[in-house]
Amino acid sequence: MPKYTLSVNGNLLSAEADADTLLLWVLRDHLNLVGTKFGCGMAQCGACTVHVDGQAARSCVLPVSGVGTRKIVTIEGLSSTGDHPLQQAWEELDVAQCGYCQSGQIMSAAVLLKENPHPSDEDIDNAMGGNICRCGTFVRIRKAIHLAAKKNKAK
Amino acid sequence: MKPTISRRHFLKVSGISTGGMLLSFSFLNQAVKADTAVDSSFDLNMFIRIGSDNTIVLLAPNPEIGQGVKTSLPVIVAEELAVDWRKVKVELAPLDAKFGRQTAGGSGSVRGRFTALRTAGATAREMLVAAAAQTWNVPATECIADNGEVLHKPSGKKLTYGELASKAATMPVPSSPALKATKDFKLIGTRITDVDAHKITTGKPLYGIDTRREGMLFAMVARPPAYGKTLASVDDTAARKVSGVKHVIKLKNSVAVVAASTWAAKKGREALVIRWNATEKLENSAEHFAAFKEMLDKGAPSAARNDGDVQAAMQSASKVLDVTYELPALSHGQMEPLNFFADVQNGKAELYGPTQVPGQVRNEVSKALGIPEKNITVGVPRQGGGFGRKLMSDNGLEAALISAAVQSPVQVQWTREDDMQNDFYRPAEMYRYRAALTEDGLTGWHQSGVGIGGGPRGDSYVAGALANYRSEGQGLKSNTPTGWWRAPGANTLAFAAESFLDEVCSALKKDPVAYRLQLLAKAKTDPVGRLGYDPEKYKSVIDLVAKMSNWGATPDGIHRGFATWFSFGSYAAQVVDLKMIGGKPKVMKVYCAVNCSRVINLSGAENQVEGAIVDGICHAMFPKITFVDGAVAESNFHAYRFLRINDAPLAIDVKFVQSDEAPTGLGEPGLPPVAPALANALFSATGKRFRKMPFAEYLA
Repeated sequence: MPKYTLSVNGNLLSAEADADTLLLWVLRDHLNLVGTKFGCGMAQCGACTVHVDGQAARSCVLPVSGVGTRKIVTIEGLSSTGDHPLQQAWEELDVAQCGYCQSGQIMSAAVLLKENPHPSDEDIDNAMGGNICRCGTFVRIRKAIHLAAKKNKAK
Repeated sequence: MKPTISRRHFLKVSGISTGGMLLSFSFLNQAVKADTAVDSSFDLNMFIRIGSDNTIVLLAPNPEIGQGVKTSLPVIVAEELAVDWRKVKVELAPLDAKFGRQTAGGSGSVRGRFTALRTAGATAREMLVAAAAQTWNVPATECIADNGEVLHKPSGKKLTYGELASKAATMPVPSSPALKATKDFKLIGTRITDVDAHKITTGKPLYGIDTRREGMLFAMVARPPAYGKTLASVDDTAARKVSGVKHVIKLKNSVAVVAASTWAAKKGREALVIRWNATEKLENSAEHFAAFKEMLDKGAPSAARNDGDVQAAMQSASKVLDVTYELPALSHGQMEPLNFFADVQNGKAELYGPTQVPGQVRNEVSKALGIPEKNITVGVPRQGGGFGRKLMSDNGLEAALISAAVQSPVQVQWTREDDMQNDFYRPAEMYRYRAALTEDGLTGWHQSGVGIGGGPRGDSYVAGALANYRSEGQGLKSNTPTGWWRAPGANTLAFAAESFLDEVCSALKKDPVAYRLQLLAKAKTDPVGRLGYDPEKYKSVIDLVAKMSNWGATPDGIHRGFATWFSFGSYAAQVVDLKMIGGKPKVMKVYCAVNCSRVINLSGAENQVEGAIVDGICHAMFPKITFVDGAVAESNFHAYRFLRINDAPLAIDVKFVQSDEAPTGLGEPGLPPVAPALANALFSATGKRFRKMPFAEYLA
């Protein structure tokens, strides 16, 4: 079985896996980074969203052999102290219900804020349309992204 | 070494079927030898553990599926215990008979446990006070407990709960502890963030799917591709050659592949060559609906409720409305696909995974494997949604069978396709409504429903407000499985009944809010037959939502719909405001008034209602399950469409009717009124009645 060395959250981590193994399962089963969630396996729900070289990517359709030297960031690495403005805003507004989709939501939102520090509701809807929340927390998600944008500005 | 407990007092709580709790105390003088005085912790009762280092651990007894009870139940204890909530640690309680009904279902956790949890908190508080009084040799009446400390008022002396815990655990258990006056509540009714919020936002392991154990194997299961098909034969030659595959197990009607990783298990499963035989009829949704229609035309042989003479009312009516509503089967689609961990070895079983009914999992595993229940543990992690799917215990039982067969710890993982195509579906239903209209208004109401399985029932509102009322239900036998789906029964009946009442109002040229109030006034002052609801509480939510939305003064460009429903002891009324943008409806705002009596956690309560509203809009608009030759046509979210953020309401305004009564259900009651309120708003926008779900199919 081939061995892959991946840059994940700033560390070089190795995993022996078949070339077609999807990044999601390498993260979860091999590297024990279970914050990235399995939801659909076909890039339909966004629960598995990670950053690949700063872009939001669905790890459930990305073969490990295609990652190469690109830098992966998962929810565990979004902030070393767990206090990214989005994480703070999510907690302040008590966004989560079951919570399962929220790591993917936050990872998508982090890319949005990097590219568009002060998004409108419409910008948010356009950027976050790939992330399903079955509990229906969307109204709070919009509010939390606006709040995080404000926190960023205040910094 | 685990901290030892010097003495335990157990509070025995057992549920009774009405949702109330029986409470009794038993003293178990299990003098466990104290290990070391350092870092000891003491169970003041089964919900409360206090450490001498001042840690306060509260146990949440019911499964957390996103309905917020891991937060709200301990809040009730903390209120009476009088502790600083920020210092409390919450743990999910293990499955144990002493905790009573450990189920997540029927919006029952808070309403079933409110008094018992208050009593548990008050009991411990009084024992802490007694311990302080004894320490200071003063009367207990001179001491007060607050914020995790006991204060002796006259002297100003203080002791923390941590300092008092060891002595408190030896105090007699008070038989009727004094509960706080509700006006003195400090926590209950405030906004409290979910106890797991930080773990959720930082991706910590919390869910069943995150279970990782030494030596654990991963399994996937090939299940029949259609209802009515059974396993004939399997050739696993190729599957066994897949790198990482360790075992292939033939179960009764499925084949499990057990491997070193999820990916290997999945590839192994794909390599199986299985022959399935059709051994029963392979059913189609189209045939279900055709049969429904036939049954509705024929009529039910008997009625669930029959007041007055509906037939005569129809005959003497100047106009009869006769309308049919149709709802498809639905999947649950909780975001965490089903999974379960099992380790069955040497006559013992350890199970851990998502379930709303851990007791049922244990019972079924015990029966299937012949292991006594006392040798089976069932741990319940936080769950990625429930919606009723996990009131069935198939996922837990299957994992136990596989682990027993391979004699290893195993995590069984379902794919989204497995989850969607092996569900216990919200049954498809069809309703026919007839209303007798005269110059005097509505004089007769005939409600007739049919569905897979038992068929819809319900004699709720408007029963009791009309002299002539008939309700009947019929069931169609089917081998497609059905189960509970958020607000079972109510989620379909409310759509049909409240849409029809709106049609009646249109025909009578009556305002839908004013007309409902008129019917409720009649039900209150001069009810016909048994009343299954409280007209005053119904009125309370209608009045409040009318005020919130400024009913009667619809803003320009907005189309409005109204509906209300009563379920799980609670009342909800909603106004949906939408705009048509490019022929597509955009929900601008939903107003919702709820009467669930006392609210425990305001943030969590609003969350439940906001979520229920989005859930209701989603399932009215987009998804459906279709059976084609016994198979489920939809396999994943590309075909089974969920609402996304761009279709979510821009704003949701939730308000609760203030009440001092004990809480009623809240996980479900916010859902039933949404679909009819949306349908009624769509009528106002388009002039077209939306009588068939999903609406999006014929909006285009």
